[in-house]
Amino acid sequence: MSIAVRNLTKYYGQEKAVDDITFDVKTGEILGFLGPNGAGKTTTMKIITCYMPQSSGKVEVDGLDTLERSLEVRRKIGYLPEHNPLYLDMNVLEYLEFCAQLHGLKNGVLSQRLKEMVDVCGLGDVRHKDIGELSKGYRQRVGLAQAMIHDPEVLILDEPTSGLDPNQIVEIRKLIRQLGRAKTVILSTHILPEVQATCDRVIIIHEGKIVADGSPEQLQQQFQGAEMLMIELKADVGNAMTDILPKLQSLNHVERVELLSSDTNKHRFILHTAKGSDIREEVFNKSVAERWALLELSRRSTSLEEVFHKLTRAEG
Amino acid sequence: MMKVPFGYYNTLTIFRKELRSYFNSPIAYVVIVVFLALVGYFHTSTLFLLNVASLRQFFSLAPLTYLALIPAITMRLLAEEKKSGTIELLTTKPLHDAEIIVGKFLAAWALVCIALAPTLIYYITIAFLGNVDNGPIIGGYVGLILMAGVYVSVGLFASSLTENQIVAFIIALLGVATLFILDKILIFVPGWMTSIIEFLGIDYHFSSIARGVIDSRNIIYFASVLSFMLYLSTLSLERRKW
Repeated sequence: MSIAVRNLTKYYGQEKAVDDITFDVKTGEILGFLGPNGAGKTTTMKIITCYMPQSSGKVEVDGLDTLERSLEVRRKIGYLPEHNPLYLDMNVLEYLEFCAQLHGLKNGVLSQRLKEMVDVCGLGDVRHKDIGELSKGYRQRVGLAQAMIHDPEVLILDEPTSGLDPNQIVEIRKLIRQLGRAKTVILSTHILPEVQATCDRVIIIHEGKIVADGSPEQLQQQFQGAEMLMIELKADVGNAMTDILPKLQSLNHVERVELLSSDTNKHRFILHTAKGSDIREEVFNKSVAERWALLELSRRSTSLEEVFHKLTRAEG
Repeated sequence: MMKVPFGYYNTLTIFRKELRSYFNSPIAYVVIVVFLALVGYFHTSTLFLLNVASLRQFFSLAPLTYLALIPAITMRLLAEEKKSGTIELLTTKPLHDAEIIVGKFLAAWALVCIALAPTLIYYITIAFLGNVDNGPIIGGYVGLILMAGVYVSVGLFASSLTENQIVAFIIALLGVATLFILDKILIFVPGWMTSIIEFLGIDYHFSSIARGVIDSRNIIYFASVLSFMLYLSTLSLERRKW
């Protein structure tokens, strides 16, 4: 079940919320939509889910146009809107049953799916409670259960973990990973670790435009600066500055060495190395040859967070 | 392939959900109790004074209580969904906007009919007390039910215009009061307009049905105002797409 977005543009009055966006989502892919608030993530999702039409451009879900075949598209999509709106006066089962009926489920299939969703989303204990009485974490699970009730091929989740505490976030992510298997998923977030934890692919949107598109690893590489290696050595040599530093400096690919701290016989260095190089092995061999004890060795590379900041900082 | 933008199953699902949420909240009970208390008081307080076995007092009072009660029933129908954002949930499910509108309309209409049902006791009691002319009573109930339908459709439209329930209530109140008052201001309008204004007034049609004569002109009036309002509500719900 693929999604194709072509030259999508949306105006709110004079304001351009989405500006000529084009991308594809392949079957089975989990795509993360990343961007600061107001970047156009939610608008794009609202258009894909047929809540509102675009100003120009085209969206196709499984080859069906969202404007011309709206009902069929909506049948294939499970959607969790931003802020997870729910009918607070209904209890969990009533609500899920209502959603299932709107998706045309009946009788045996309906009760089967209800049971499954209650199990998968861990709603067993609260199934007879009013949604208004539930905690945010449980409400989010109800929202996910609602989106999944008809076993849709496409899942669109707008900030599925916003407002949850760290434990709940981990749970919901696990749930999305688990449910998203064999489904096409688009989820939006402005939390970076979330993308790394759940998504196969990331699209970064800024001011209505796509500024980056690729797997989290690809993006990190693409926007990577120099690599850094942090090491801590134990050596019974008198002076770190004169005896150890030049030896590290002489290693291949090393551009610059900094001495961070030096404390009797323990010394910390930062090695700046060429882009894309990995000299951890050489450092290890060198320490063995020099009879230094290598206490710590860690690589620090550009995080997705830095990529994000670089791309979405307001220019000028 | 042209599809009829309407389905029985989805409408029924919406209808059941709305009716249940009326009874899940205090609204339904408050409306029923207030309605019965008001009409009950005025019906019984004059019944023995007039010494006539009829429901005329009841049929002249119920339309007045409708004016405030029906907007109170309908104000939340769409305004609340817009405010809480659940409208997005509802409209991204595979159903037509018209199904949402009709389902909600039927639920609110059903609530009014449920409130009306206990008043049949008045009929039973007066039937014991004297000879009752059944024509006006059947006509009166048919008229009340049709009138409720029109008021509910006006209230639903008002609710589709705003996300604020109070605003929806006030717009609905103005709307139904206008329909109610039209045939009572005939002396203020120029002569050539009187018959048009009179025909537009809801009380003119109600009174003629309540006399026990069910005329197709009256039925056409109720049906057309009601469907026009439902049509406007559907358009208004689709406004998000403009």
